Amino acid sequence: MREDATWAAVWPHDFKELALFSLASALLVADGGESGGFHAPSIAEFFPQVILFEGTPFALDRVMLVRIVAATALVLIMVVVARRATLVPGRAQAAVEWLMDFVRKNVAEEVLGKDRARQFTPLLTTLFFAILAFNITGVFIFLNIAGTSRIGLPLLFAVVAYVTYIAAGIQAKGVGGFLKSSLFPPGVPWFMYVLLTPIELLQVFILRPATLAIRLMANMVAGHLMLVLCFSATQFFLLSAGPALKAFSVITLGAGFALTLFEIFVAALQAYIFVILTAVYIDLSVSEEH
Amino acid sequence: MTGAALAALVAAEESQPSILLPNWPDLIWGGVVFLVIAWVFGKYALPRLQKVLDERAELIEGGLAKAESAQAEADARLAHYEEQLAEARVEAAHIREEARGEASQILAESRVRAADDAARITAAAQRQIEAERQQAAISLRSDVGSLATDLASKIVGESLEDEARRSRVVDRFLDELSASAPTSGTGH
Repeated sequence: MREDATWAAVWPHDFKELALFSLASALLVADGGESGGFHAPSIAEFFPQVILFEGTPFALDRVMLVRIVAATALVLIMVVVARRATLVPGRAQAAVEWLMDFVRKNVAEEVLGKDRARQFTPLLTTLFFAILAFNITGVFIFLNIAGTSRIGLPLLFAVVAYVTYIAAGIQAKGVGGFLKSSLFPPGVPWFMYVLLTPIELLQVFILRPATLAIRLMANMVAGHLMLVLCFSATQFFLLSAGPALKAFSVITLGAGFALTLFEIFVAALQAYIFVILTAVYIDLSVSEEH
Repeated sequence: MTGAALAALVAAEESQPSILLPNWPDLIWGGVVFLVIAWVFGKYALPRLQKVLDERAELIEGGLAKAESAQAEADARLAHYEEQLAEARVEAAHIREEARGEASQILAESRVRAADDAARITAAAQRQIEAERQQAAISLRSDVGSLATDLASKIVGESLEDEARRSRVVDRFLDELSASAPTSGTGH
């Protein structure tokens, strides 16, 4: 962003010089008008400068780097926990087992029933852990952006869910049976199919994966934008605004702190929503007349 | 609302890449990290952890089964002991009953024997007393006879040395004595 240079210039100042500094920034605001003022965060946040391989399909930027860090951390944690796994669990193992149990009992078995849950639990567990890991980077210090805030990864997750529930439906009922039960819901007068079948077609083959991906991405984007808004507003009020406005920085900082906690909750909630919807779609595909 | 905001964002950022359409780096890096995670989870972490969880469940179930069998065994043993105890009690009661019967029998026998002894001793004593009485009576008679004859000869001055006479006198005297005894007993 353009004011970065200005802020970088004023950051090293000691806080004892706050008065002088605020005078300077007030002057700056008065002088520069628009240029020294506050810039709302934009969509450009999610398309940062490419660091490596610019121009190739492997262009590596900060979001991709965050994904690599998160994936590495997740893989390391899981490998270490799995290697040291014992019958009497330690703390790390107990935490991982608690999450696994949560997915198995509260998602897979609750939606799919005990028998069918067995087949899909590993997939749902993997999705849940991966989404949680990539979501939580949004509030992780030094990472500060969710790996799922660019559509590519949520889309891949959604494609995995999509392939899974279609494959499960075909496995359970055959291609014809799956299409028939999906597109021609039973218990409806025949002329209603004129209306229902296109809707169901759109629903099953386009809207479900699209909403899965977009819901996850949009939540992470919105969360990140709100956090950036709060913290850049804090910085603006504290450093660039006139003395009368400095008090607002406390409010925006507090809001930023509260939103950080909220984002932790949203990160977990969205991971849960993603896997429970995947489980529901699998259930809709495989279950007999509902 | 989110959709509208996104649409606005997309419209406002015509020059930026679309937020709803993935570009290649996004898909490729996303795919790489997801494949790595899926591979590690599917091949190693989840099976290993699941194995541990299954082992634990098995161990707990095995422990429960073992505890159950131990409990059953303890119950059986307790029942057995109680049975034995009841048998022992019955036997003890039986033995006690027998002993009591035997004791009373012994008591009765010894009582009978004691009574016999007592009767025998009494009889012997009575026989002895009788014999002594008769002996006393005989000696008394001879003593009284000689005494009386002495006295009488002194009184009558007649010699009663003659054996035949003396015994005749004594006998008469004794007869008179015994004839007067009942009247003296009732009368004077």
